Amino acid sequence: MSSALAPYLEGFAAQPKPQAWLHALKEQALQRASARGFPVARDEAWKYTSLAVLEKRGFKPARSKTPLDAAAFAKLTLPGLDCPRAVFVNGRYDAALSRLPQGVRVVQSVDADESLRALLIAPKGWEEDTFLDLNTALFQEALVLTLDGEPAEPLEFLHVSVPTIDSASHHLRSVVKLGKHARAMLIERYAGLDGAKHFTNSSVQIHLDAGSKLTHVRIQDESLQAFHLGRVLVEQAADSSYISHNFQAGAAWSRLDLAVSLSAAGAEAELNGFYAVNGRQHLDNHTRVDHLAPHTTSRELYRGILDGQGRAVFNGKVVVAPHAVKTDAAQANHNLLLSRGVEIDTKPELEIYADDVKCSHGATVGQLDEQQLFYLRSRGIDAEAARGLLVGAFAERLMALLPLPALAAHARRRLSAAISQIALPEQS
Amino acid sequence: MLSIKNLHAKVEGREILKGLSLEVKAGDVCAIMGPNGSGKSTLAHILAGRDGYEVTDGSVTYEGKDLLALAPEERARAGVFLAFQYPVEIPGVNNVYLLKAAFNAIRKQRGEEELDAMDFLALVKAKMQFMEMDPSFLNRAVNEGFSGGEKKRNEILQMLVLEPKLALLDETDSGLDIDALKVVAKGVNKLRDPQRAIVMVTHYQRLLDYVVPDKVHVLAGGRVVKSGGKELALELEKRGYDWLKDAVIA
Repeated sequence: MSSALAPYLEGFAAQPKPQAWLHALKEQALQRASARGFPVARDEAWKYTSLAVLEKRGFKPARSKTPLDAAAFAKLTLPGLDCPRAVFVNGRYDAALSRLPQGVRVVQSVDADESLRALLIAPKGWEEDTFLDLNTALFQEALVLTLDGEPAEPLEFLHVSVPTIDSASHHLRSVVKLGKHARAMLIERYAGLDGAKHFTNSSVQIHLDAGSKLTHVRIQDESLQAFHLGRVLVEQAADSSYISHNFQAGAAWSRLDLAVSLSAAGAEAELNGFYAVNGRQHLDNHTRVDHLAPHTTSRELYRGILDGQGRAVFNGKVVVAPHAVKTDAAQANHNLLLSRGVEIDTKPELEIYADDVKCSHGATVGQLDEQQLFYLRSRGIDAEAARGLLVGAFAERLMALLPLPALAAHARRRLSAAISQIALPEQS
Repeated sequence: MLSIKNLHAKVEGREILKGLSLEVKAGDVCAIMGPNGSGKSTLAHILAGRDGYEVTDGSVTYEGKDLLALAPEERARAGVFLAFQYPVEIPGVNNVYLLKAAFNAIRKQRGEEELDAMDFLALVKAKMQFMEMDPSFLNRAVNEGFSGGEKKRNEILQMLVLEPKLALLDETDSGLDIDALKVVAKGVNKLRDPQRAIVMVTHYQRLLDYVVPDKVHVLAGGRVVKSGGKELALELEKRGYDWLKDAVIA
């Protein structure tokens, strides 16, 4: 039994009692987590990301709801994005700020019926995860999206955090299930007001039925004092398509695990990611794509900018199962270093157990190109502006992929705030 | 306009220019020729302000100012333009954005107002047409995926838009087929002006058939070893450079 988990155990005891079946499930999860404790540096997956501060801070689960007035809330929303949304404030659902579309419901653990059980089962490979177990034990409202068909509007899961006296943990659980041939766009966003010192522990499980397509934009804009840990676990049936845009510029410490299982022929995944760190931020991305069936495709492009004394970790794993012939997988991670104090650990991993596959990967770490800088300066652009232009160009490769103008505009603004020397191209 | 006196320069500790002197006047169109390794490209790069060259002696005066004391962007704004031998690709920065930023930086320096987007676009499109370039090039990233010929054309387009006082062309003819060479030459000739100087650095005579120089200087061993009129270029074409290398030693 790990004492680091004591605050979470206390929090569980203080929570309102869920339905009996769920209570049992939660208790088991808590016991597993407690017996196992937090991962340690010996675990390869945690080699470069220390949990010491997270353990020391002992983030108790938030006990009560935090009220948020409309004016404060307005500051946290994205200009130009007006769509149905489910809003959580400091980890708890806020009905007044939400507008739920058809197919979305918020299930309270105190009155959850057993149909939720199947959706909460940890996917293969995640049965031993302390953070997922803690999440299962401690979430109080699950956000459930079940969809058939094709809604006209995107949907936003908006998790906002505002400063409170104590440093609480927020355990957010979402499940998404797209029926056959359904199509949707989900915007999952974490936004924090300056000074919010919480710990977000979020898990999103996604099931895509045959022929369905999900565009999933995930924006991590937490306050610069926050801790953020996320799991996005995707299971895909035949001919389904998962397109991820993962944008991260917030939090003092963050870790995201994004795992995709391509379980049947024709399934494809596209993972786009962008991160920026500055100051003393620490940011870790672990992605994993399992090609479990023949004729599956994955494309992954992650780019990051590191400034100040920022530190980033990228670990991208691609596994091709023995019978998954005709797999087509490509992965790339590029890092731009703007200061001497930064550190990047990037590691692509390919495990291929099948013949007749097409797999590629590559990682680069570099500074601004001197020849490009000179070229711009030789045309009359001053050194500072030239640098800004090149930094912006590096980021723009991913900004340009964001699916809605409001999202791209936001990401560019956010990036300009994070990296002072950047200049992003004018948008026509 | 440009006065180079006794210029000595090193690259990575090795002396490349060894006492080069050269005068270029407004209105001049001159060619600097020479064998590989004679210091032609080094000279062009030093004039544009590239890092990595150590000037150990001599001076370069441009319009009465010490050119070597200026940053590359200050030189550009003062009217110096280098058309690169190998223009670099810059993914993510589009051509029109670069052109506009460069154009306005130079206008600002001259105390002129920035041109608005519509007028600027009209100006660039006219010049593109002259250079026989498709307007789609405007919205492509700078030189990205351009063929060798397209890159060179793009350099000349920039030159036409920026209207420098001193245009330096570094091996602009290399890698061009005859049609592209003619277009590039047309662009250079368009810039001939009594107020402007054009300096072409080239290994071969080819470009000089289309852009006829007033003066030809031959560079060998890091110095100007012979100067003459356009007929000197023809002589070099016929006899090669070896007879001049002997002249250096003599």
